[in-house]
Amino acid sequence: MLVGNGIEDEEKWLAEGIAGIQHHAFYMHRALDANNLRETLKYSAQMLSELRTSKLSPHKYYELYMRAFDELRKLEMFFKEESKHGVSIVDLYELVQHAGNILPRLYLLCTVGSVYIKSKEAPARDVLKDLVEMCRGVQHPIRGLFLRSYLAQVSRDKLPDLGSEYEGDADTVVDAVDFVLQNFTEMNKLWVRMHYQGPGQIREKREKERSELRDLVGKNLHVLGQIEGVDLEMYKGTVLPRVLEQVVNCKDELAQYYLMDCIIQVFPDEYHLQTLETLLGAFPQLQPTVDIKTVLSRLMDRLSNYAASSIEVLPEFLQVEAFAKLSNAIGRVIETQVDMPIVGVIALYVSLLTFTLRVHPERLDYVDQVLGACVKKLSGKPKLEDNRATKQVVALLTAPLEKYNDIVTALTLSNYPRVMDCLDNGTNKAMAMVIIQSIMNNNTCISTADKVEVLFELIKGLIKDLDGTSVDELDEEDFKDEQNSVARLIHMLYNDDPEEMLKIIYTVKKHIMSGGPQRLPFTVPPLIFSALRYVGYGLQLVRRLQCQDGDVVGEEVPATPKQIFQLLNQTIDALSSVSSPELALRLYLQCAEAAGACDLEPIAYEFFTQAFVLYEEEIADSKAQVTAIHLIIGTLQRMNVFGVENRDTLTHKATGYSAKLLKKPDQCRAVYACSHLFWVDDQDGIKDGERVLLCLKRALRIANAAQQMIAVTRGRSGPVTLFVEILNKYLYFFEKGNPQITTDAIGGLVELITTEMQSDSTTVASDAFFSSTVRYIQFQKEKGGALGEKYASIKV
Amino acid sequence: MNFIVGAFKPPCIVSISFADGRTRKQVPLKKENGHTVMVPLFQSQENIVGEVLIEPIHGKKLEHTGVKIELLGQIVRELDVPGELYEKKTYPFEFSTVEMPYESYNGVNVRLRYILKVTISRNYVSNIVEHQDFVVQNYTPLPSINNSIKMEVGIEDCLHIEFEYNKSKYHLKDVILGKIYFLLVRIKIKNMELEIRRRESTGSGPNTYVETETLAKFELMDGGPVRGESIPVRLFLSPYELTPTYRNINNKFSVKYYLNLVLVDEEDRRYFKQQEITVYRLET
Repeated sequence: MLVGNGIEDEEKWLAEGIAGIQHHAFYMHRALDANNLRETLKYSAQMLSELRTSKLSPHKYYELYMRAFDELRKLEMFFKEESKHGVSIVDLYELVQHAGNILPRLYLLCTVGSVYIKSKEAPARDVLKDLVEMCRGVQHPIRGLFLRSYLAQVSRDKLPDLGSEYEGDADTVVDAVDFVLQNFTEMNKLWVRMHYQGPGQIREKREKERSELRDLVGKNLHVLGQIEGVDLEMYKGTVLPRVLEQVVNCKDELAQYYLMDCIIQVFPDEYHLQTLETLLGAFPQLQPTVDIKTVLSRLMDRLSNYAASSIEVLPEFLQVEAFAKLSNAIGRVIETQVDMPIVGVIALYVSLLTFTLRVHPERLDYVDQVLGACVKKLSGKPKLEDNRATKQVVALLTAPLEKYNDIVTALTLSNYPRVMDCLDNGTNKAMAMVIIQSIMNNNTCISTADKVEVLFELIKGLIKDLDGTSVDELDEEDFKDEQNSVARLIHMLYNDDPEEMLKIIYTVKKHIMSGGPQRLPFTVPPLIFSALRYVGYGLQLVRRLQCQDGDVVGEEVPATPKQIFQLLNQTIDALSSVSSPELALRLYLQCAEAAGACDLEPIAYEFFTQAFVLYEEEIADSKAQVTAIHLIIGTLQRMNVFGVENRDTLTHKATGYSAKLLKKPDQCRAVYACSHLFWVDDQDGIKDGERVLLCLKRALRIANAAQQMIAVTRGRSGPVTLFVEILNKYLYFFEKGNPQITTDAIGGLVELITTEMQSDSTTVASDAFFSSTVRYIQFQKEKGGALGEKYASIKV
Repeated sequence: MNFIVGAFKPPCIVSISFADGRTRKQVPLKKENGHTVMVPLFQSQENIVGEVLIEPIHGKKLEHTGVKIELLGQIVRELDVPGELYEKKTYPFEFSTVEMPYESYNGVNVRLRYILKVTISRNYVSNIVEHQDFVVQNYTPLPSINNSIKMEVGIEDCLHIEFEYNKSKYHLKDVILGKIYFLLVRIKIKNMELEIRRRESTGSGPNTYVETETLAKFELMDGGPVRGESIPVRLFLSPYELTPTYRNINNKFSVKYYLNLVLVDEEDRRYFKQQEITVYRLET
């Protein structure tokens, strides 16, 4: 045979076979119509002889078989009607055995046998037994498989099952089971034997062909699964042990995989649960190449679904200690199958985890146990590089999160972070992101320092540089996303109990300080604010206690805000040292304000000092300086904690720096802003009208200077915006009742602006600003009242 | 032709009839000319009773020197003294409890026949002779000892089988049951058959002729088994034209039967083992 045209040849042979069947079937039909038994038997045997071919692949052979099968149905109808052929069924059963060729003989025998059982002239058991025994004569794998498949097909509705019409004194369900089991065993042997036949080079093709035939074998298990009379006891005592014996002993990879899967799918969950030990006992005995993990996973999936189906079945799981058994079995399988790839191992654990999460959601120790087993397997090995294995680990880690919707639960699992350690850096981070997402989505509050500790251990991939990678290699946007997530996370870590909260803050600080220059700008602010929130809370507590007892009960407040501020000071210091001085400055000011609110003048002063130091030493950019100085002024203005001396020092500094800004307009604006430092519009705020005026005048001088400078450099006068702005300040303080601001001064200023504007007609914006300011003055005048009277004397 | 035939036509019609001819069982018998006729069946020690009818052709006188009937080779009965026959006359005859130990047999090289022969002896002209075949079959009771045939055979390191047939003696409508057990299979077997062979030997000494015929080829197995397989045997004998085993019949011939188990490998090499079985006729 030439290999090249093998397929064409096969088509030809199939066509010939079909033609042969049709030819003989034609004569068979004639004989049937004529009620001629002799001729019928003769032509049917000839027709069936077409099935003796060895030339067809299983696929093609199946086509041929189906043709013959259809014809055999007609023959069976004929056999049923004794009146037509006049021969008793008993005699007919002998008569068909006269055929010289075994294959046609056995097909005919099975056909008559089926009629024989139906006639009930002999116990079904005896006929079935005879048929299944006689079929041994066909040892050719494909022909034997199809023959026995035919037997299974014609007998399946005639088994002496419980409640079946074929059940009798002699015929019991035991016989039905024996019959099916025997047919199954023989079919499996034939099927396995296919593997060893023919030359080695076509083995792959043959295995594919074999795979196509597997359902013929599996059909027997389906039949067993449908026998009503197979109760748990019988399943346990007979069916399962015998099927497993066959599966184990056949030592064939394909068969073992398929049949184990078949067993799991075909029989009821309840049976699996009650025979778990037996079933699982078979796994380590399978061939090392069998894909056990898939099969075991399916078993666990089924059992999980079963557990999920009804609450009533759960006690069964406990009673049979399903988890322990599965866990042991997996352990043994992994131990036995040394060559199992790591992805398989983890996949098994994932299944087990899914199982325990569904069946024993309350047993966190089980979950931890599974993770622990996984760690044990993974530890001592280099980090996972296999993509698929990594995915499985992620699945392993994600499952508990999804189940409990609560990271807190996961944090109690001691092995959880150890599993995470096994991931490569990228995946580790991704997993950490998943964890953070879970926390954010569920709005979970992490409320103890221990848990925070564990959590940071889990997400350490985001918190600091891990070995081998530096931040430079990372995508900037990803990095930002990650760090923003961490920042958000920090806000989820709190506890109403100050003592615990303090611990949390310390823990967080400890971790984020190791983050390096790139991360600190992201992570420090949330920590600061979180701590400030605590300080705010602590303050309230102090006040409350004071209200109750009139005195602070020291022990009740575990940490004074002082300590917190010290901590914050260090933290911000770290930030300023990593070239984020502007951010540090803002945070210092924030802290200063908070410290002020806590009545901690020295601390607030210290923070301010730090801010000024930063301003002096680190902030060189003129724009940044402008922003910084305004921030300083704004903060300082709001604070009333300082004593006169300290306040003077600080305001003096602020004013001094304002006047030293590079650009004149900036100077001007900073200086008039400083005026507010001397006039706090509070009940007991400072109200030093003189110094306000000094500032404003100084601002005017600077504005003048600026105007002149423009005139010199550009040959024309500059905009009057600065003047209008100062005018507005005048009006503000005027309204607030600063006695130093007189109507004359305001009037003078208005005049000055008007004059300036005449010499410069280009500035529309300042024009509009000025005219609306003037309109405001007019408005106030016309409105009357106390304020209106004040305004009345302003000349415009 | 007719008139020539007519000219040599015997002067009378002779016919032999049996007293229980209507009820007696008839069996087919193949004549030498190939035609099959139905003949009555007897067994040993039966009475063979009947009549011989002689009817002279109309208007002719038949002169004879005596009429006799013989069961060929054995017994002669004088039916008439010498005389003349003018009209038809019947002569009853009876051979009582005839010993007929051998069965009729129609083989390749040998036939065993039972014939009634009526001879009308005449002077000067040839005797008038008429033959009537009948068949004898003798029945055997169930053998008291009937062991199974069990044997292990093989080719070293190649094929070892053990076969078992449930009996060594089978009656003609019997069924051979058994099994073939494969102990070692190192060849690729294509199929296995069971043959029934008949061995007829005639003559004796250097003049012995042996004819072997294969009467049945019955496929037992399709495809190659592996070690440990056991293949059932169930062969119904009724469809085949067997006779009982005949051993040294009258020192003239023997007919023996053999079961021949044949294994054919994929290169069409045949491996076989032959076992004699005894076939007998069971009283029904």
